[in-house]
Amino acid sequence: MTDAVTDAGAPLLEVTDLRVEFRTGREIVHAVNGAGFRVAAGETAAVLGESGSGKSVSAAAIMRLLQSPPAFVTGGEIRFKGEDVLTMPLNHWRRLCGQEIAMVFQDALASLNPVFSVGWQIAEQFRAHGQYAGGEAGERAVDLLARVGIPDPANRAKDYPHQFSGGMRQRVMIAMAIALGPDLLIADEPTTALDVTVQAQIMELLEDLREETGMAIVLITHDLGVVADVADQVSVMYAGRVVESGRVRDVLGHPAHPYTLALLDSVPQALGKGQKLRPIVGSPPDMARIPQGCAFHPRCRFATEKCRSEAPPPVAVAPGRFAECHHAEAVFNDR
Amino acid sequence: MSGDPNMAPMIGAATAEQEAIILRERLPWWRLLMRDRFALVAALWIFVLLLCFLFGPELFGKAANALNLRGRNLPPGSIEQGWMMILGSDALGRSMLARLIVASRNTLSVALTAVVLAMVFGGVLGLIAGYVGRGVGHVIMRFADIVQSFPSLLLAVVVLYVLEPRVGNLVIVLAITRLPVYLRVTRAEVLEIRERVFVDAARALGGSRFHILSRHIAPVVAPTLLTIMTVDFAIVMLAESGLSFLGIGIQPPEITWGLMVAQGRNYLNQAWWLAFLPGVAIMLATLSANVLSNWLRIVTDPVQRWRLETPRDSDD
Amino acid sequence: MTAEAIAGDDGPILSVRGLVKHFPIGSGLSWRPETGVIRAVDDVSFDLRRGETLGLVGESGCGKSTVARTLLRLEEPTAGEAFFRGHDIFTAAEAELKEMRRRIQVIFQDPYASLNPRMRVADIIGEPWMIHPDIVPRAERPERVRALLESVGLRREHADRYPHEFSGGQRQRIGIARAMALNPQVLICDEPVSALDVSVQAQVVNLLEEIQERFGIAYIFIAHDLSVVRHMSHRVAVMYLGRIVEIGDEEQVYNRPRHPYTKALLSAEPTLDFSGAAKRQRIILEGEVPSPADPPSGCRFRNRCWKAQDICAGAAPALEDSSESGHRAACYFPEDTPG
Repeated sequence: MTDAVTDAGAPLLEVTDLRVEFRTGREIVHAVNGAGFRVAAGETAAVLGESGSGKSVSAAAIMRLLQSPPAFVTGGEIRFKGEDVLTMPLNHWRRLCGQEIAMVFQDALASLNPVFSVGWQIAEQFRAHGQYAGGEAGERAVDLLARVGIPDPANRAKDYPHQFSGGMRQRVMIAMAIALGPDLLIADEPTTALDVTVQAQIMELLEDLREETGMAIVLITHDLGVVADVADQVSVMYAGRVVESGRVRDVLGHPAHPYTLALLDSVPQALGKGQKLRPIVGSPPDMARIPQGCAFHPRCRFATEKCRSEAPPPVAVAPGRFAECHHAEAVFNDR
Repeated sequence: MSGDPNMAPMIGAATAEQEAIILRERLPWWRLLMRDRFALVAALWIFVLLLCFLFGPELFGKAANALNLRGRNLPPGSIEQGWMMILGSDALGRSMLARLIVASRNTLSVALTAVVLAMVFGGVLGLIAGYVGRGVGHVIMRFADIVQSFPSLLLAVVVLYVLEPRVGNLVIVLAITRLPVYLRVTRAEVLEIRERVFVDAARALGGSRFHILSRHIAPVVAPTLLTIMTVDFAIVMLAESGLSFLGIGIQPPEITWGLMVAQGRNYLNQAWWLAFLPGVAIMLATLSANVLSNWLRIVTDPVQRWRLETPRDSDD
Repeated sequence: MTAEAIAGDDGPILSVRGLVKHFPIGSGLSWRPETGVIRAVDDVSFDLRRGETLGLVGESGCGKSTVARTLLRLEEPTAGEAFFRGHDIFTAAEAELKEMRRRIQVIFQDPYASLNPRMRVADIIGEPWMIHPDIVPRAERPERVRALLESVGLRREHADRYPHEFSGGQRQRIGIARAMALNPQVLICDEPVSALDVSVQAQVVNLLEEIQERFGIAYIFIAHDLSVVRHMSHRVAVMYLGRIVEIGDEEQVYNRPRHPYTKALLSAEPTLDFSGAAKRQRIILEGEVPSPADPPSGCRFRNRCWKAQDICAGAAPALEDSSESGHRAACYFPEDTPG
C-alpha cells in the first residue's frame, strides 16, 4: 500500500491498513481487512469494487459515519492533511467536515431531509459553519444551485427534494457538498442509480468543479466505464483489501491482478461481437468467513497451493503500481 | 427443459467454496425456545394453563364447590386451613385456587373461540376486500364500518337480551364485535403485499387468485394477525367480564375469570382478592400469549430466524 | 424481417400493434373525473421472431417495463393488440390466458424482491408445477428441481435453503430456473442484470445466452445498459417517453444510429477507451426527460434535440425505413449516411 507513489509530496488523504469489523452478536463480519490508498491534491482517485468489497464501509470510516456498535474500526490510520482523522476530537472533526472534506451519497432522496426546502438545506451548510447568515446564506445557496446546473434556481430553491428528479437531486447534493469549497470530495456511487445520459451530465459537472476549484475527488464505484472515463488513479478492492492500484490507464489497460483481469474480461465492452463473456466463477465470499490465504483464490485461474495458505504481499510490478498476488508478474506479462 | 435429469449444466458447475452461501446451523424450535428466557417462561405458563383447561374441572371441581362457611373470605397467604386455601377463599368459603383452575376452561374456550372466529372471518373478508377490491371490496368495508360504529357493549347487550345468553351466542357476539379490526388490518396489508414483485411473478406463472392469496399473501399477513389475536385475548376476556357483570354473560353456576371479577367487585373493600386474583389470571394469560406470539413470529419468519441461528463452517 | 404476416410457423412468435397504456393520475376511488393521465406507452409496435433477442432500451420513464407488464397482462392495456403465435393475448379468457402464460415467462429486475422470502428454493422453483400440475408428476418434482438448480450453476443442496441465504446473482439464477420450469417459448427479461455486480452480470448473461442456444427461446431483453443489450440482442428498439424512436438490427442501430436520441444515448455510454476520443465526441443532452403526464406535442424528443424545427412540434413522425431495409427511425431529420 505504501508503495503507491503519487506526485507532489504528502498526499491529501492517506488511508493505511484500515480494518473495520461488524459485530452482530453471533459472528464478526470483516468488512475491511487492511485497506490502504492515497489521494493527492487535485486528482480523481477511484475506489473500484463490487458489493461486499468494503469500499463503501471504507468511505464511511473516513467520514466517521460508522455507528459503533455494530461497526468497530479495529486497526489502521486515516490521515487527512497529515492529521489523524480517527482520533481527533469531535469538534475539530466537525469543523473539517463540510469545509475541507465533504461527501456525496448514492441515494439523494434518502440523504436529503424531506421536510426542508432544498435552498434551506444548502444555506444550512453556511449557517452551521458560521459563514454568512440569514438572507445572504440563501442567496449563496441560489448561486450554488445555478453553478450545478439547475435551471431557474431562485424558484427551485424553495422546492422540496421529492419535487426533483433523480439527476437534479444529485446535483443538489453536490451543491451542498461543495458549498464551503472543500479540498476533498468523497462521492459514493454518485451515479449508480441514474440513467446513462444523466450520469454523463453529473460526471461532467464533477470534472468541471474539480478543474475550477482544484479539489480532489474520491470516486467510489463498481462501474469500470466511469473509472476509465474520469479517474486518474484507481484502487481495486476485493474482500476488504486493496488488491491492485496505480494509474487508471495502466491498471485497466494492463492489469497485474487476476481479479482485475477477470473483471475486465467479464464486461461486454471488452469483447468483440460473437465472443462469449467470461464471468468470474462463483460468488464473492461470505465476509464473516473469508477464505484462508488469498481471498480470491477459490475463483482464480492462476491459483496455486501457495495461494491457499499464504496471504500475498504487495508486489511492485512497475513504478507506482502494485498488486497483491503471488503471481502478479505472471499476470502482468500474460497479455 | 423443465428439469430433465439428464441435462448437463449450462454454465460451469461451481464448487461449494466458489458458490458460497451464508450458512447458519438450522436449530430446532425447542433449542430456540431455550435461548429466549421470556418466551420459555411464557410457554411454560401456557402449558400450565393447558393442563388446567384439560383436567381442572375434573380434578378440582369438588374443591371449587365445597362450601366452608367457617372459612369464609380468608385472605391469601396462609396454609393454616390447608393447601387449597393458599390463595384465600370467597364469600362462601370456596377455595380461590380451585375456582380459578376450574374457571380456566370456560374462560379460555370462550376467549379462544371468539378470537379465532373473528380472525378467520375477518381475515378472509379482508383478503377478499384487499385483493379483489372494487365493488366487492367496498361492500365489505361498509359492512365493517357498520359493525364498528355500534358500541360493542351495546350491541352485545341487545343481542344477548333478545336471544338467550347462552355460551354459543356469547361467543358469536364477541367475535362479531372484534371482527372489523382483523378485516381492516388484513385489507391494509394485502393492499401493500399485492404490489410486491414475487406476487407479480406468481401471476405471471398463471397463478389463480386463490393460489396467490393462500400461498403468498396469507402467510405474510398471518403473523400480524397472530399478534393482534394475543392482544384481543385480553379484550375479549374483559368484555365477557363486563357482560357477566350485567348478568347477560356466563350464567352461574358456570364460572369464568371474568365472572369472578364481576362478582368480586362488590367486595373490594373487605376481600380485595376476590376480584384481584382472577384479574391477575387474565393478565398472566394474556402476557404469556403475547410473549409467545412474538417469539413465534420470529421463528416462523425464515429471515428473522436465520439471524438467531449460529453461523457454521460447512454445509449439511 | 418485420413482416406483418399472420403467424404461421414462419411468422413472428410475438406481434405487438399499437400498444397504448395510460395510467390515470388521481385516486381510483374518487368520483371526480381523472385529473390527468400518464402516457406511459403510446403506440408501440414491434415483432419478435422465434429464437431471436429483441433488445428494448431506453431510460427511466420511457415505458419499456410497462410494455413488458402489459404483454404479461400484469396490467391491462388501454388500447392495441398483441398476438402470440396468432392468439390474441389481450382478449384471451382465463383458461386460454393461463395456457399462454406457460409459454411467455418473465425474469424480473430485483433479485431480492422477486422471490418470496418465506419459501424455500425448492418450493419457489416448483411453484410453476403446482399451478400447472399436468407438466411434471408430483413424484418427480424434487429431482427435477435439483436438476434445474444444477443447470443454472447452483448446487443441489441449495434446494432446502431460503432466498436470503443467497447473493443477488444467485437469486437471479433461481429466478431463471423458475421461469424455465415451464419450458417457455418467449422469455421477457425485465432489466435482469441491472441490480447485479459487474462480474455477476456476465454469469447471468452467459446463462441466458446458453439457454437461448439450447432451447431456441425468443427474448425481449429490457435494459438501460447499452453494452449488455448490444452483446445479447439481434435486434434493438430504442424507446423514449413511451414511443419507439428507432428499431433495427443491432449492428445497424449501434454502428449507424439514425435517431438523434440514439446517437446521444450511445455517446453517453462510458467506454473503456483511454484515448479520450469517445469523450470528445460525447453529446451531453440539455435538460431532463419531460414528464410522461405532459409530453411535448409532436416528436417527444424535440425540446432536447439539436435538430428540432417547427415541423417537429406538429404531427409526430412515424417510424420510417431508410435505404437499409428494416432499420427505421421516427424522425424528420434522421442521421442518414448517404449511399
